[in-house]
Amino acid sequence: MSPDLLTRSLEETPVTVTTPAAVRTPLPAAPALRRSRRRTKVAAVRIALVALWLGSWELAASHWIDPFFYSKPSAIWDQLVTWFTDGTSQGSIWEQISVTLQEAVAGFVLGSLLGIVLGVLLGRSRFTAEVCAPFIKAANAIPRIVLASLFVIWFGLGMSSKVATAVVLVFFAVFFNAFQGAREVDKTLVDNARILGASRRQVLTSIVLPSATSWILASLHTAFGFALIGAIVGEFTGADRGLGLLINNAQGTFNAAGIYAGMIITTVIALVAELALTRLERRLLSWRPQTSTAELSA
Amino acid sequence: MTTTPAPAIRLAGASKTFVTASGSYTAISEVDLVVQPGEFVSVVGPTGCGKSTTLSLVSGLHPATTGTVEVHGAPVTGIPDGLGYMFQTDAVLPWRSVLDNVAAGPRYRGTDKREARDQARDWVAKVGLAGFEDYHPHQLSGGMRKRVALAQTLINEPKVLLMDEPFGALDVQTREYVQDMLLDLWAGSGAAVVFVTHDLTEAIALADTVVVMTAGPATVKDVVRVDLPRPRSVEEIRLTPDFTDLYRRVWESLREEVELTRARGARVA
Repeated sequence: MSPDLLTRSLEETPVTVTTPAAVRTPLPAAPALRRSRRRTKVAAVRIALVALWLGSWELAASHWIDPFFYSKPSAIWDQLVTWFTDGTSQGSIWEQISVTLQEAVAGFVLGSLLGIVLGVLLGRSRFTAEVCAPFIKAANAIPRIVLASLFVIWFGLGMSSKVATAVVLVFFAVFFNAFQGAREVDKTLVDNARILGASRRQVLTSIVLPSATSWILASLHTAFGFALIGAIVGEFTGADRGLGLLINNAQGTFNAAGIYAGMIITTVIALVAELALTRLERRLLSWRPQTSTAELSA
Repeated sequence: MTTTPAPAIRLAGASKTFVTASGSYTAISEVDLVVQPGEFVSVVGPTGCGKSTTLSLVSGLHPATTGTVEVHGAPVTGIPDGLGYMFQTDAVLPWRSVLDNVAAGPRYRGTDKREARDQARDWVAKVGLAGFEDYHPHQLSGGMRKRVALAQTLINEPKVLLMDEPFGALDVQTREYVQDMLLDLWAGSGAAVVFVTHDLTEAIALADTVVVMTAGPATVKDVVRVDLPRPRSVEEIRLTPDFTDLYRRVWESLREEVELTRARGARVA
Protein backbone atom coordinates (compact mmCIF):
# COMPACT_ATOMS: atom_id res chain seq x y z
CA MET A 1 0.00 0.00 0.00
CA SER A 2 1.38 3.41 -0.87
CA PRO A 3 2.07 5.77 2.02
CA ASP A 4 -0.63 8.07 0.68
CA LEU A 5 -3.23 5.35 0.89
CA LEU A 6 -2.31 4.55 4.45
CA THR A 7 -2.65 8.08 5.68
CA ARG A 8 -5.84 8.48 3.78
CA SER A 9 -7.19 5.37 5.42
CA LEU A 10 -6.52 7.01 8.78
CA GLU A 11 -8.39 10.09 7.69
CA GLU A 12 -11.28 8.03 6.42
CA THR A 13 -11.65 6.09 9.64
CA PRO A 14 -15.40 6.07 10.21
CA VAL A 15 -15.84 8.46 13.10
CA THR A 16 -17.86 11.59 13.41
CA VAL A 17 -15.46 14.46 12.97
CA THR A 18 -17.32 17.39 14.40
CA THR A 19 -17.24 20.42 12.17
CA PRO A 20 -15.71 23.44 13.92
CA ALA A 21 -17.96 26.43 14.41
CA ALA A 22 -15.88 28.34 11.87
CA VAL A 23 -16.96 26.00 9.15
CA ARG A 24 -20.64 26.20 9.92
CA THR A 25 -22.52 28.65 7.79
CA PRO A 26 -23.44 31.75 9.74
CA LEU A 27 -27.10 32.74 9.72
CA PRO A 28 -27.85 35.82 7.66
CA ALA A 29 -28.19 38.82 9.96
CA ALA A 30 -31.80 39.90 10.21
CA PRO A 31 -32.83 43.38 11.40
CA ALA A 32 -32.80 43.64 15.20
CA LEU A 33 -36.54 44.09 15.66
CA ARG A 34 -37.54 41.21 13.48
CA ARG A 35 -35.00 39.05 15.19
CA SER A 36 -36.20 39.79 18.71
CA ARG A 37 -39.81 39.23 17.68
CA ARG A 38 -38.86 35.92 16.14
CA ARG A 39 -36.96 34.96 19.26
CA THR A 40 -40.00 35.55 21.48
CA LYS A 41 -42.08 33.46 19.12
CA VAL A 42 -39.54 30.63 19.16
CA ALA A 43 -39.45 30.66 22.98
CA ALA A 44 -43.26 30.67 23.22
CA VAL A 45 -43.59 27.71 20.89
CA ARG A 46 -40.90 25.83 22.80
CA ILE A 47 -42.71 26.35 26.14
CA ALA A 48 -46.01 25.32 24.56
CA LEU A 49 -44.43 22.13 23.22
CA VAL A 50 -43.02 21.18 26.63
CA ALA A 51 -46.34 21.89 28.33
CA LEU A 52 -48.20 19.82 25.74
CA TRP A 53 -45.77 16.94 26.10
CA LEU A 54 -45.77 16.87 29.92
CA GLY A 55 -49.53 17.48 30.08
CA SER A 56 -50.43 14.66 27.72
CA TRP A 57 -48.01 12.31 29.49
CA GLU A 58 -49.51 13.12 32.90
CA LEU A 59 -53.03 12.71 31.52
CA ALA A 60 -52.24 9.46 29.73
CA ALA A 61 -50.50 7.98 32.78
CA SER A 62 -53.45 8.92 35.01
CA HIS A 63 -56.08 7.29 32.77
CA TRP A 64 -54.80 4.93 30.10
CA ILE A 65 -51.23 3.70 30.49
CA ASP A 66 -49.65 2.06 33.52
CA PRO A 67 -47.58 4.57 35.51
CA PHE A 68 -45.72 1.66 37.11
CA PHE A 69 -43.88 1.14 33.83
CA TYR A 70 -44.01 4.58 32.29
CA SER A 71 -44.12 6.78 35.40
CA LYS A 72 -45.51 10.31 35.08
CA PRO A 73 -44.22 13.87 35.41
CA SER A 74 -45.67 14.44 38.88
CA ALA A 75 -44.10 11.22 40.20
CA ILE A 76 -40.74 12.19 38.75
CA TRP A 77 -41.02 15.59 40.37
CA ASP A 78 -41.84 13.97 43.72
CA GLN A 79 -38.81 11.72 43.32
CA LEU A 80 -36.58 14.70 42.66
CA VAL A 81 -37.97 16.57 45.67
CA THR A 82 -37.40 13.54 47.89
CA TRP A 83 -33.84 13.12 46.69
CA PHE A 84 -32.97 16.73 47.24
CA THR A 85 -34.71 17.09 50.64
CA ASP A 86 -34.40 13.67 52.31
CA GLY A 87 -31.44 12.31 50.35
CA THR A 88 -31.20 9.02 48.50
CA SER A 89 -30.86 5.42 49.64
CA GLN A 90 -27.10 5.80 49.28
CA GLY A 91 -26.70 9.19 50.95
CA SER A 92 -27.02 12.84 49.98
CA ILE A 93 -27.89 13.52 46.33
CA TRP A 94 -25.19 16.20 46.22
CA GLU A 95 -22.59 13.61 47.05
CA GLN A 96 -23.76 11.43 44.15
CA ILE A 97 -23.71 14.38 41.77
CA SER A 98 -20.29 15.45 42.98
CA VAL A 99 -18.82 11.95 42.54
CA THR A 100 -20.14 11.57 38.99
CA LEU A 101 -19.08 15.08 38.11
CA GLN A 102 -15.56 14.55 39.43
CA GLU A 103 -15.23 11.37 37.41
CA ALA A 104 -16.55 13.01 34.27
CA VAL A 105 -14.39 16.12 34.62
CA ALA A 106 -11.25 14.12 35.37
CA GLY A 107 -11.93 11.85 32.39
CA PHE A 108 -12.72 14.82 30.21
CA VAL A 109 -9.54 16.71 31.10
CA LEU A 110 -7.23 13.69 30.83
CA GLY A 111 -8.85 12.36 27.66
CA SER A 112 -8.84 15.77 25.96
CA LEU A 113 -5.22 16.46 26.83
CA LEU A 114 -4.20 13.06 25.56
CA GLY A 115 -6.29 13.51 22.41
CA ILE A 116 -4.94 16.99 21.71
CA VAL A 117 -1.29 16.08 22.26
CA LEU A 118 -1.38 12.86 20.24
CA GLY A 119 -3.68 14.31 17.58
CA VAL A 120 -1.46 17.32 16.98
CA LEU A 121 1.75 15.30 17.03
CA LEU A 122 0.42 12.70 14.61
CA GLY A 123 -1.14 15.39 12.48
CA ARG A 124 2.28 16.99 12.07
CA SER A 125 4.29 13.86 11.55
CA ARG A 126 3.45 11.92 8.42
CA PHE A 127 5.68 9.03 9.35
CA THR A 128 4.23 8.44 12.82
CA ALA A 129 0.73 8.85 11.42
CA GLU A 130 1.38 6.18 8.83
CA VAL A 131 2.83 3.81 11.42
CA CYS A 132 -0.06 4.31 13.85
CA ALA A 133 -2.94 4.35 11.35
CA PRO A 134 -3.96 0.66 11.58
CA PHE A 135 -3.67 0.59 15.37
CA ILE A 136 -5.82 3.64 15.78
CA LYS A 137 -8.38 2.27 13.35
CA ALA A 138 -8.51 -0.97 15.33
CA ALA A 139 -8.72 0.79 18.70
CA ASN A 140 -11.51 2.97 17.41
CA ALA A 141 -13.43 -0.07 16.22
CA ILE A 142 -13.48 -1.65 19.71
CA PRO A 143 -16.86 -1.16 21.39
CA ARG A 144 -15.22 0.89 24.10
CA ILE A 145 -18.10 0.67 26.55
CA VAL A 146 -17.08 -2.95 27.09
CA LEU A 147 -13.79 -1.71 28.48
CA ALA A 148 -15.72 -0.42 31.50
CA SER A 149 -15.98 -4.04 32.74
CA LEU A 150 -12.26 -4.51 32.31
CA PHE A 151 -11.50 -1.29 34.14
CA VAL A 152 -13.59 -2.38 37.14
CA ILE A 153 -11.38 -5.46 37.39
CA TRP A 154 -8.21 -3.39 36.95
CA PHE A 155 -9.00 -0.38 39.08
CA GLY A 156 -11.71 -1.60 41.44
CA LEU A 157 -15.07 -0.06 42.38
CA GLY A 158 -13.69 3.39 43.14
CA MET A 159 -13.55 6.46 40.97
CA SER A 160 -10.50 5.54 38.89
CA SER A 161 -12.28 2.84 36.86
CA LYS A 162 -14.95 5.40 35.82
CA VAL A 163 -12.34 8.00 34.99
CA ALA A 164 -10.62 5.44 32.78
CA THR A 165 -13.84 4.67 30.91
CA ALA A 166 -14.46 8.39 30.38
CA VAL A 167 -10.89 8.94 29.17
CA VAL A 168 -11.22 6.21 26.57
CA LEU A 169 -14.47 7.66 25.25
CA VAL A 170 -13.26 11.27 25.24
CA PHE A 171 -9.90 10.52 23.70
CA PHE A 172 -11.11 9.44 20.27
CA ALA A 173 -13.62 12.25 19.93
CA VAL A 174 -10.88 14.82 20.54
CA PHE A 175 -8.06 12.96 18.82
CA PHE A 176 -9.61 12.86 15.35
CA ASN A 177 -10.46 16.55 15.42
CA ALA A 178 -7.04 17.59 16.69
CA PHE A 179 -5.46 15.40 14.01
CA GLN A 180 -7.56 16.98 11.30
CA GLY A 181 -6.94 20.48 12.67
CA ALA A 182 -3.17 19.98 12.74
CA ARG A 183 -3.33 18.65 9.19
CA GLU A 184 -5.20 21.63 7.83
CA VAL A 185 -2.76 24.26 9.02
CA ASP A 186 -2.01 26.77 6.27
CA LYS A 187 1.41 25.87 4.89
CA THR A 188 2.26 29.49 4.20
CA LEU A 189 1.81 30.33 7.88
CA VAL A 190 4.26 27.60 8.84
CA ASP A 191 6.80 28.67 6.19
CA ASN A 192 6.46 32.28 7.23
CA ALA A 193 7.07 31.45 10.88
CA ARG A 194 10.12 29.36 9.99
CA ILE A 195 11.58 32.22 7.93
CA LEU A 196 10.91 34.62 10.81
CA GLY A 197 13.05 32.37 12.98
CA ALA A 198 10.67 29.94 14.67
CA SER A 199 12.03 26.61 15.88
CA ARG A 200 10.05 23.41 15.35
CA ARG A 201 8.61 23.74 18.83
CA GLN A 202 7.69 27.36 18.31
CA VAL A 203 5.93 26.45 15.05
CA LEU A 204 3.93 23.86 16.99
CA THR A 205 2.90 26.17 19.83
CA SER A 206 2.49 29.44 17.97
CA ILE A 207 1.08 28.26 14.62
CA VAL A 208 -0.23 24.70 14.69
CA LEU A 209 -2.02 24.73 18.05
CA PRO A 210 -3.84 28.05 17.51
CA SER A 211 -4.81 26.95 13.99
CA ALA A 212 -6.23 23.70 15.28
CA THR A 213 -8.04 25.37 18.18
CA SER A 214 -11.37 25.79 16.43
CA TRP A 215 -11.36 22.12 15.44
CA ILE A 216 -10.41 21.02 18.95
CA LEU A 217 -12.99 23.22 20.64
CA ALA A 218 -15.72 21.87 18.39
CA SER A 219 -14.89 18.35 19.53
CA LEU A 220 -14.89 19.31 23.21
CA HIS A 221 -18.67 19.87 23.08
CA THR A 222 -19.35 16.25 22.19
CA ALA A 223 -16.43 15.10 24.34
CA PHE A 224 -17.98 16.25 27.60
CA GLY A 225 -21.12 14.32 26.74
CA PHE A 226 -18.93 11.26 26.24
CA ALA A 227 -17.21 11.87 29.57
CA LEU A 228 -20.58 11.83 31.36
CA ILE A 229 -21.60 8.67 29.51
CA GLY A 230 -18.30 7.07 30.50
CA ALA A 231 -18.73 7.95 34.17
CA ILE A 232 -22.33 6.75 34.34
CA VAL A 233 -21.76 3.55 32.40
CA GLY A 234 -18.79 2.91 34.66
CA GLU A 235 -21.03 3.32 37.69
CA PHE A 236 -23.57 0.97 36.13
CA THR A 237 -20.91 -1.67 35.80
CA GLY A 238 -19.88 -1.53 39.42
CA ALA A 239 -19.65 1.30 41.92
CA ASP A 240 -20.33 2.31 45.48
CA ARG A 241 -21.51 5.84 44.78
CA GLY A 242 -22.67 8.12 41.95
CA LEU A 243 -25.61 8.92 39.71
CA GLY A 244 -25.11 5.81 37.62
CA LEU A 245 -25.47 3.65 40.71
CA LEU A 246 -28.57 5.63 41.68
CA ILE A 247 -30.11 4.97 38.28
CA ASN A 248 -29.06 1.33 38.43
CA ASN A 249 -30.68 0.98 41.87
CA ALA A 250 -33.86 2.58 40.55
CA GLN A 251 -33.85 0.01 37.77
CA GLY A 252 -33.36 -2.80 40.29
CA THR A 253 -36.40 -1.67 42.29
CA PHE A 254 -38.62 -1.03 39.24
CA ASN A 255 -38.63 2.65 40.12
CA ALA A 256 -39.23 4.24 36.68
CA ALA A 257 -39.53 7.70 38.20
CA GLY A 258 -36.05 7.29 39.70
CA ILE A 259 -34.57 6.51 36.30
CA TYR A 260 -36.20 9.58 34.79
CA ALA A 261 -35.07 11.74 37.71
CA GLY A 262 -31.49 10.54 37.28
CA MET A 263 -31.72 11.32 33.59
CA ILE A 264 -32.91 14.83 34.30
CA ILE A 265 -30.05 15.55 36.71
CA THR A 266 -27.53 14.24 34.18
CA THR A 267 -29.06 16.34 31.43
CA VAL A 268 -28.83 19.49 33.55
CA ILE A 269 -25.14 18.79 34.24
CA ALA A 270 -24.49 18.29 30.54
CA LEU A 271 -26.26 21.52 29.62
CA VAL A 272 -24.33 23.54 32.21
CA ALA A 273 -21.06 22.10 30.91
CA GLU A 274 -22.11 22.90 27.35
CA LEU A 275 -22.74 26.50 28.38
CA ALA A 276 -19.30 26.76 30.00
CA LEU A 277 -17.63 25.29 26.91
CA THR A 278 -19.43 27.71 24.62
CA ARG A 279 -18.16 30.57 26.79
CA LEU A 280 -14.63 29.21 26.58
CA GLU A 281 -14.93 28.82 22.80
CA ARG A 282 -16.11 32.40 22.40
CA ARG A 283 -13.23 33.70 24.45
CA LEU A 284 -10.53 31.69 22.73
CA LEU A 285 -11.84 32.46 19.27
CA SER A 286 -12.61 36.13 19.84
CA TRP A 287 -10.20 37.06 17.04
CA ARG A 288 -12.53 35.56 14.49
CA PRO A 289 -14.62 37.87 12.27
CA GLN A 290 -17.95 36.74 13.69
CA THR A 291 -18.59 34.00 16.17
CA SER A 292 -21.34 31.95 14.66
CA THR A 293 -21.69 29.59 17.58
CA ALA A 294 -24.27 26.98 16.77
CA GLU A 295 -27.88 27.94 17.35
CA LEU A 296 -28.46 24.65 19.13
CA SER A 297 -26.19 25.66 22.00
CA ALA A 298 -27.95 29.01 22.54
CA MET B 1 40.84 38.45 -1.80
CA THR B 2 38.88 40.78 0.43
CA THR B 3 38.36 43.34 -2.32
CA THR B 4 35.25 41.72 -3.77
CA PRO B 5 32.76 40.62 -1.12
CA ALA B 6 30.68 37.54 -1.87
CA PRO B 7 27.47 38.28 -3.73
CA ALA B 8 24.33 38.30 -1.59
CA ILE B 9 22.80 35.56 -3.71
CA ARG B 10 24.40 33.30 -6.27
CA LEU B 11 22.64 30.62 -8.25
CA ALA B 12 24.69 28.60 -10.71
CA GLY B 13 23.10 25.93 -12.84
CA ALA B 14 20.34 25.53 -10.28
CA SER B 15 17.49 23.19 -11.20
CA LYS B 16 14.46 21.98 -9.35
CA THR B 17 12.48 18.89 -10.25
CA PHE B 18 9.34 17.91 -8.39
CA VAL B 19 8.29 14.30 -8.22
CA THR B 20 4.53 13.95 -8.46
CA ALA B 21 2.17 11.02 -8.66
CA SER B 22 2.05 11.28 -12.46
CA GLY B 23 5.82 11.55 -12.97
CA SER B 24 8.33 14.31 -12.47
CA TYR B 25 8.15 17.89 -13.48
CA THR B 26 10.99 20.36 -13.84
CA ALA B 27 10.05 23.80 -12.60
CA ILE B 28 13.35 25.57 -13.22
CA SER B 29 16.38 24.41 -15.09
CA GLU B 30 19.96 25.68 -15.14
CA VAL B 31 19.25 29.05 -13.56
CA ASP B 32 22.25 31.38 -13.19
CA LEU B 33 21.69 34.51 -11.21
CA VAL B 34 23.88 36.81 -9.13
CA VAL B 35 22.49 39.49 -6.84
CA GLN B 36 24.90 41.92 -5.16
CA PRO B 37 24.36 43.29 -1.65
CA GLY B 38 22.07 46.31 -1.82
CA GLU B 39 20.80 45.43 -5.28
CA PHE B 40 17.11 45.35 -6.13
CA VAL B 41 16.35 42.67 -8.70
CA SER B 42 12.94 42.10 -10.24
CA VAL B 43 12.16 38.75 -11.79
CA VAL B 44 9.52 38.65 -14.51
CA GLY B 45 8.31 35.74 -16.55
CA PRO B 46 5.17 34.13 -17.92
CA THR B 47 2.56 32.90 -15.47
CA GLY B 48 3.47 29.68 -13.71
CA CYS B 49 6.98 29.51 -15.12
CA GLY B 50 8.75 28.80 -11.84
CA LYS B 51 9.64 32.24 -10.55
CA SER B 52 8.42 31.35 -7.06
CA THR B 53 10.42 28.13 -7.14
CA THR B 54 13.58 30.17 -7.66
CA LEU B 55 12.81 32.09 -4.48
CA SER B 56 12.09 28.98 -2.48
CA LEU B 57 15.51 27.57 -3.40
CA VAL B 58 17.21 30.69 -2.06
CA SER B 59 15.05 30.62 1.09
CA GLY B 60 16.18 27.12 1.96
CA LEU B 61 12.57 25.93 2.27
CA HIS B 62 13.08 23.59 -0.69
CA PRO B 63 16.54 22.38 -1.66
CA ALA B 64 17.68 22.56 -5.29
CA THR B 65 17.79 19.27 -7.16
CA THR B 66 21.07 20.12 -8.85
CA GLY B 67 23.34 23.14 -9.05
CA THR B 68 24.69 25.69 -6.60
CA VAL B 69 22.68 28.03 -4.41
CA GLU B 70 24.64 30.36 -2.16
CA VAL B 71 23.68 33.19 0.16
CA HIS B 72 26.55 35.48 1.20
CA GLY B 73 29.02 32.94 -0.15
CA ALA B 74 27.73 30.03 1.93
CA PRO B 75 25.79 27.17 0.36
CA VAL B 76 22.13 27.10 1.38
CA THR B 77 21.38 24.08 3.55
CA GLY B 78 18.65 25.45 5.80
CA ILE B 79 17.05 28.85 6.10
CA PRO B 80 20.01 31.28 5.80
CA ASP B 81 20.63 33.89 8.49
CA GLY B 82 19.35 37.35 7.76
CA LEU B 83 16.79 36.21 5.21
CA GLY B 84 13.31 37.68 4.85
CA TYR B 85 10.52 36.30 2.68
CA MET B 86 7.23 37.93 1.86
CA PHE B 87 4.72 35.44 0.50
CA GLN B 88 2.17 35.86 -2.21
CA THR B 89 -0.74 34.91 0.02
CA ASP B 90 -1.51 36.42 3.40
CA ALA B 91 0.83 35.03 6.00
CA VAL B 92 -0.17 37.20 8.96
CA LEU B 93 -1.57 35.25 11.89
CA PRO B 94 -5.32 35.88 12.09
CA TRP B 95 -5.48 35.27 15.85
CA ARG B 96 -2.83 37.84 16.72
CA SER B 97 -3.12 41.59 16.88
CA VAL B 98 -1.16 43.76 14.46
CA LEU B 99 1.43 44.49 17.14
CA ASP B 100 1.95 40.86 18.08
CA ASN B 101 2.14 39.86 14.43
CA VAL B 102 4.94 42.32 13.83
CA ALA B 103 6.65 41.30 17.08
CA ALA B 104 6.67 37.63 16.03
CA GLY B 105 10.15 37.65 14.47
CA PRO B 106 12.02 39.10 17.46
CA ARG B 107 9.97 36.88 19.81
CA TYR B 108 10.97 33.74 17.89
CA ARG B 109 14.56 34.90 18.05
CA GLY B 110 14.48 35.19 21.81
CA THR B 111 13.95 38.92 22.41
CA ASP B 112 11.90 39.45 25.55
CA LYS B 113 8.27 40.40 25.16
CA ARG B 114 8.48 44.08 26.13
CA GLU B 115 11.51 44.77 24.01
CA ALA B 116 9.95 42.95 21.03
CA ARG B 117 6.75 44.93 21.37
CA ASP B 118 8.63 48.22 21.53
CA GLN B 119 10.46 47.34 18.33
CA ALA B 120 7.18 46.25 16.77
CA ARG B 121 5.53 49.56 17.69
CA ASP B 122 8.26 51.40 15.74
CA TRP B 123 7.75 49.23 12.70
CA VAL B 124 3.97 49.50 12.83
CA ALA B 125 4.44 53.27 12.72
CA LYS B 126 6.96 53.01 9.87
CA VAL B 127 4.40 51.26 7.67
CA GLY B 128 1.83 53.91 8.56
CA LEU B 129 -0.35 51.80 10.81
CA ALA B 130 0.11 53.67 14.09
CA GLY B 131 -3.18 53.48 15.96
CA PHE B 132 -3.99 50.03 14.57
CA GLU B 133 -1.72 48.07 16.93
CA ASP B 134 -4.57 46.26 18.65
CA TYR B 135 -6.59 45.45 15.55
CA HIS B 136 -6.85 41.92 14.26
CA PRO B 137 -6.02 41.18 10.60
CA HIS B 138 -9.65 40.55 9.62
CA GLN B 139 -10.46 44.11 10.64
CA LEU B 140 -7.93 45.53 8.16
CA SER B 141 -8.05 46.07 4.40
CA GLY B 142 -5.91 43.99 2.05
CA GLY B 143 -3.38 46.81 1.68
CA MET B 144 -3.09 47.22 5.43
CA ARG B 145 -2.53 43.49 5.89
CA LYS B 146 0.27 43.65 3.33
CA ARG B 147 1.86 46.47 5.30
CA VAL B 148 1.64 44.36 8.46
CA ALA B 149 3.39 41.55 6.57
CA LEU B 150 6.00 44.02 5.34
CA ALA B 151 6.71 45.25 8.87
CA GLN B 152 6.75 41.65 10.13
CA THR B 153 9.43 40.79 7.56
CA LEU B 154 11.51 43.96 7.84
CA ILE B 155 11.65 44.04 11.65
CA ASN B 156 14.23 41.24 11.44
CA GLU B 157 16.35 43.58 9.28
CA PRO B 158 17.00 41.00 6.57
CA LYS B 159 20.10 41.34 4.41
CA VAL B 160 18.43 39.25 1.73
CA LEU B 161 14.78 39.97 1.05
CA LEU B 162 12.70 37.68 -1.14
CA MET B 163 9.31 38.90 -2.29
CA ASP B 164 6.89 36.68 -4.19
CA GLU B 165 4.31 38.84 -5.98
CA PRO B 166 3.53 40.42 -2.63
CA PHE B 167 1.30 43.16 -3.98
CA GLY B 168 -0.40 41.17 -6.71
CA ALA B 169 -3.81 41.14 -5.08
CA LEU B 170 -3.97 44.89 -4.40
CA ASP B 171 -5.78 47.53 -6.44
CA VAL B 172 -3.60 49.91 -8.44
CA GLN B 173 -3.63 52.91 -6.08
CA THR B 174 -2.96 50.84 -3.00
CA ARG B 175 -0.23 48.97 -4.81
CA GLU B 176 1.64 52.13 -5.78
CA TYR B 177 1.38 53.41 -2.24
CA VAL B 178 2.83 50.21 -0.81
CA GLN B 179 5.53 50.09 -3.51
CA ASP B 180 6.72 53.57 -2.57
CA MET B 181 6.70 52.53 1.06
CA LEU B 182 8.83 49.51 0.23
CA LEU B 183 11.36 51.67 -1.65
CA ASP B 184 11.54 54.12 1.27
CA LEU B 185 12.10 51.40 3.84
CA TRP B 186 14.58 49.57 1.66
CA ALA B 187 16.66 52.67 0.83
CA GLY B 188 19.84 52.63 2.87
CA SER B 189 19.13 49.22 4.40
CA GLY B 190 21.78 47.62 2.18
CA ALA B 191 19.54 44.62 1.67
CA ALA B 192 19.56 42.63 -1.55
CA VAL B 193 16.02 42.20 -2.85
CA VAL B 194 14.62 39.66 -5.26
CA PHE B 195 11.13 40.73 -6.24
CA VAL B 196 9.05 38.32 -8.29
CA THR B 197 6.18 39.84 -10.22
CA HIS B 198 4.24 39.47 -13.46
CA ASP B 199 3.67 43.21 -13.65
CA LEU B 200 6.31 44.82 -15.89
CA THR B 201 5.60 48.34 -14.65
CA GLU B 202 6.15 47.25 -11.10
CA ALA B 203 9.28 45.32 -12.02
CA ILE B 204 10.96 48.25 -13.76
CA ALA B 205 9.79 50.96 -11.38
CA LEU B 206 11.26 49.22 -8.35
CA ALA B 207 14.41 47.52 -9.58
CA ASP B 208 18.03 48.11 -10.47
CA THR B 209 17.97 44.99 -12.61
CA VAL B 210 15.14 43.15 -14.33
CA VAL B 211 15.60 39.45 -14.97
CA VAL B 212 13.40 37.91 -17.66
CA MET B 213 12.71 34.21 -17.36
CA THR B 214 11.62 31.81 -20.07
CA ALA B 215 8.44 29.77 -20.22
CA GLY B 216 8.67 26.72 -17.96
CA PRO B 217 10.95 25.00 -17.21
CA ALA B 218 12.26 28.44 -16.45
CA THR B 219 15.75 29.63 -17.03
CA VAL B 220 17.20 33.13 -17.23
CA LYS B 221 16.62 34.60 -20.65
CA ASP B 222 17.65 38.20 -20.35
CA VAL B 223 19.03 40.65 -17.80
CA VAL B 224 18.17 44.32 -18.23
CA ARG B 225 19.83 47.12 -16.21
CA VAL B 226 17.47 49.82 -15.03
CA ASP B 227 19.44 53.05 -14.82
CA LEU B 228 16.70 55.26 -13.50
CA PRO B 229 17.60 57.75 -10.78
CA ARG B 230 16.75 57.11 -7.13
CA PRO B 231 14.92 58.02 -4.96
CA ARG B 232 11.99 57.20 -7.20
CA SER B 233 8.30 57.76 -7.00
CA VAL B 234 6.56 54.83 -8.60
CA GLU B 235 3.66 56.92 -9.84
CA GLU B 236 5.84 59.51 -11.55
CA ILE B 237 8.67 57.44 -12.91
CA ARG B 238 6.52 55.39 -15.20
CA LEU B 239 5.65 58.50 -17.20
CA THR B 240 9.27 59.30 -18.14
CA PRO B 241 10.58 58.47 -21.66
CA ASP B 242 13.45 56.41 -20.22
CA PHE B 243 10.93 54.23 -18.46
CA THR B 244 8.92 53.70 -21.64
CA ASP B 245 12.08 52.67 -23.49
CA LEU B 246 12.95 50.16 -20.81
CA TYR B 247 9.41 48.85 -20.79
CA ARG B 248 9.57 48.26 -24.54
CA ARG B 249 12.96 46.57 -24.22
CA VAL B 250 11.81 44.15 -21.49
CA TRP B 251 8.49 43.46 -23.14
CA GLU B 252 10.22 42.55 -26.44
CA SER B 253 12.10 39.91 -24.52
CA LEU B 254 9.17 38.69 -22.48
CA ARG B 255 6.61 38.62 -25.29
CA GLU B 256 7.87 35.46 -26.99
CA GLU B 257 7.74 33.60 -23.70
CA VAL B 258 4.25 34.79 -22.89
CA GLU B 259 3.08 33.77 -26.35
CA LEU B 260 4.71 30.39 -25.94
CA THR B 261 2.96 29.88 -22.60
CA ARG B 262 -0.36 30.93 -24.12
CA ALA B 263 0.07 28.55 -27.03
CA ARG B 264 0.73 25.69 -24.58
CA GLY B 265 -2.26 26.68 -22.51
CA ALA B 266 -4.42 26.66 -25.64
CA ARG B 267 -3.14 23.23 -26.53
CA VAL B 268 -3.94 21.85 -23.12
CA ALA B 269 -7.37 23.43 -23.12
